[in-house]
Amino acid sequence: MRNWYKSGEPWVWTTAGAVALSLIMVYAVVWLTAARGLTHFWPKPVAEVTYQDRSGTRVRLIGEVREKEEVSVVRLREQGYDIESEDVFSSRYLLKLGNKDLTGVDFRWYPAPMLGEFVYPEDVLAIERREWGNFYGHLKQVKENGEVVAEGAAAWAEAEKRLARSNALFRQALRIEKVDIGKINYALEKIRLNERKLELTDKLTDAAKAEFAREREAREADYLVLQGRLDKIRSDIERDSVTVETSDGQMVDIPFAKIADMYMPNAMSVWQKMGFYVHKFWEFVTDDPREANTEGGIFPAIFGTVMMVLLMSVMVTPLGIMAAVYMREYAKQGPMIRAIRISVNNLAGVPSIVYGVFGLGFFVYVLGGSIDELFFAEALPAPTFGSPGILWASLTLAILTLPVVIVATEEGLSRVPRTIREGSLALGATKAETLWRTVLPMASPAMMTGLILAVARAAGEVAPLMLVGVVKLAPSLPLDGNFPFLHLERKFMHLGFHIYDVGFQSPNVEAARPLVYATALLLVIIIVVLNLFAIRLRNRLRERLRGLEGV
Amino acid sequence: MNDNTQKTHAMNIGDLGRVQMDDTSDVAIRVEDLDLYYGDARALKNVSMSIPRNRVTAFIGPSGCGKSTLLRCFNRMNDLVDICRVDGKILLDEKNIYDKDVNVALLRRRVGMVFQKPNPFPKSIYENVAYGLRIMGVNNRSTLDEAVEKSLRGAALWNEVKDRLQESGMSLSGGQQQRLVIARAIALEPEVLLLDEPASALDPISTAKIEELVSEMKDKYTIIIVTHNMQQAARVSDYTAFMYLGELIEFGRTNDLFLKPTVKQTEDYITGRFG
Repeated sequence: MRNWYKSGEPWVWTTAGAVALSLIMVYAVVWLTAARGLTHFWPKPVAEVTYQDRSGTRVRLIGEVREKEEVSVVRLREQGYDIESEDVFSSRYLLKLGNKDLTGVDFRWYPAPMLGEFVYPEDVLAIERREWGNFYGHLKQVKENGEVVAEGAAAWAEAEKRLARSNALFRQALRIEKVDIGKINYALEKIRLNERKLELTDKLTDAAKAEFAREREAREADYLVLQGRLDKIRSDIERDSVTVETSDGQMVDIPFAKIADMYMPNAMSVWQKMGFYVHKFWEFVTDDPREANTEGGIFPAIFGTVMMVLLMSVMVTPLGIMAAVYMREYAKQGPMIRAIRISVNNLAGVPSIVYGVFGLGFFVYVLGGSIDELFFAEALPAPTFGSPGILWASLTLAILTLPVVIVATEEGLSRVPRTIREGSLALGATKAETLWRTVLPMASPAMMTGLILAVARAAGEVAPLMLVGVVKLAPSLPLDGNFPFLHLERKFMHLGFHIYDVGFQSPNVEAARPLVYATALLLVIIIVVLNLFAIRLRNRLRERLRGLEGV
Repeated sequence: MNDNTQKTHAMNIGDLGRVQMDDTSDVAIRVEDLDLYYGDARALKNVSMSIPRNRVTAFIGPSGCGKSTLLRCFNRMNDLVDICRVDGKILLDEKNIYDKDVNVALLRRRVGMVFQKPNPFPKSIYENVAYGLRIMGVNNRSTLDEAVEKSLRGAALWNEVKDRLQESGMSLSGGQQQRLVIARAIALEPEVLLLDEPASALDPISTAKIEELVSEMKDKYTIIIVTHNMQQAARVSDYTAFMYLGELIEFGRTNDLFLKPTVKQTEDYITGRFG
């Protein structure tokens, strides 16, 4: 034993164990989020089952079985269920019943002994509605203007066809609303601001006033045209409806206008399910969220996260590199610069929320407020840059990640051999020329390392963002077709905050839970992709400097 | 050429290492009462000497004797050391290079330097040689091509690298790298070439090549070489300066200095009694 200890073997095992443990934890994180998140988009079979409630009446239920868990029979009895069983434990099922508007509950636990046998009838229809969540029932009829056009077995084919039509119309309407009318609103706001600007400087003449009025009228005329088209489309969508029989035998008419998607989960083949899966996943990545973020996609959050990280990189890289160059190359090394270096290193340890507070207090209120007064006075009291937005969020994260970039760059600069610098200087290069032509290129992989670390940190940060620009739901992206295209003052959505919001602030936690995992998985993927991109860039830089030791 | 030889033969070697020359035109660099301090430590003590033009001058002496320090004074590389202070004069073409109005970058173009360890830049062979010219603002492709070829030929490297000019300079062997660095220095057509133990990190064959190159180059450049290796000094140099503890002990023609040194310390060092 003693010999074994002295041989160093235990040390090898301990260190290898640490590596194994780290690997397992990383794997577990990815596996859990992937397993929970990715399975969400797979169409689950919809069961039909009878249930005997506390008073003994039997009701029929239709819904997805979401979870099953062990529960003690005593506890079930205490809850008022009349269970005749010798067993100590029984199980209970979590059913997603949908039909929230009719029954008021979406998810509910049912004790297994009170449930009959699960059956999976082929004609069960699952409807994703634009409001009120899912609806489950038996498809009975398809109607056009209230007239039945198909029923029974033929109904599904007809319904599918009409769904495609209504969805196409819906997209048209959405386009008009978001793009065309959005543009008019933007133009109207511009007119209002221009008018106000002249008013503030006392230059608003009657001629100008008339000009503004004319422009405004033109826009409003455009708007009326669009509104007319929109109304037409809307009434077109209203034309068709499906009649569905709910579990308790009610016949419910649902207009296609309210249906986002519908499918017959029990009748789908594996291939159809796979197609459906891909379609749903694509929707999740590219669509806007619906229903307080618990349904639909997360595209704005992905876009916001990536854009914020890119803006942050653009700001932090030059600043960090310049600071590091000064500290390492120009400044006289002494107690002063040592103190600065220690402070910079310690800045990396300041809790991120502190940066958030600083960003809000300084960037948003002081800086943004001054910018508003100077350049956007016409919009006041409504703030332009004086309220949280993507610019301030990026800037806040830039100072948060600044120490990382400075430290990494300094490290890289210090590793450039003295002989190389002297070689350049001996050829008549000035210090600046040496820096630009030789030292900085040689330190560039280290700068990239700094940037990689900065991106990893910034993309995962949520707390400070909540103070300086992230919102639950942003009406428009920070990048769009309206001049000047990049709207740095706008608020934005962020995956990290989205996870928190969907998971903990949502009205329907059960429905949102899988989305939390799916969103988390996407956040991880995005950070990995951003990092891989940066690492590739670094490797290419390294390739160029190959053969030089220590870089 | 012949003329020059005649005149340098007339040189008279003084006792204290002072070399008087009857005609200043033969002098490439004249050092007058040079003192150099690192902080409070005096690294060079009252050095005066005249380095003859188009000759190879070797600095020998034990480690820490100040020979590299003195060499680095000639292109003011010591300026990079914050605590370094220089008193006295170094005259290049009768102009003190430590005067305030001297442009150090221009000085270093006239006085090239090759370091102990080969230090090519992590760039292509071509760009390594063109570096100094690009700094000067030469970007004309054909001018650069010409200069690169000429310099590589001058450094006896052209035949080995002419087919791979775009490969990294770091991919060459140590000896080739050192010749690349020499090519890089002579691309600027300097008047003086300072070699700081250029062969100490190389194998014997590469060393022989460098030595051969030094002999070839002395027609064009005034060469000052610092070396630890007394055989090397004897082989390549025309003049030798022996330094000890920051002082110039003896300076004279190589043959004289090695065969009949006038100072006891020189003799002791050469015969291996110390150092």
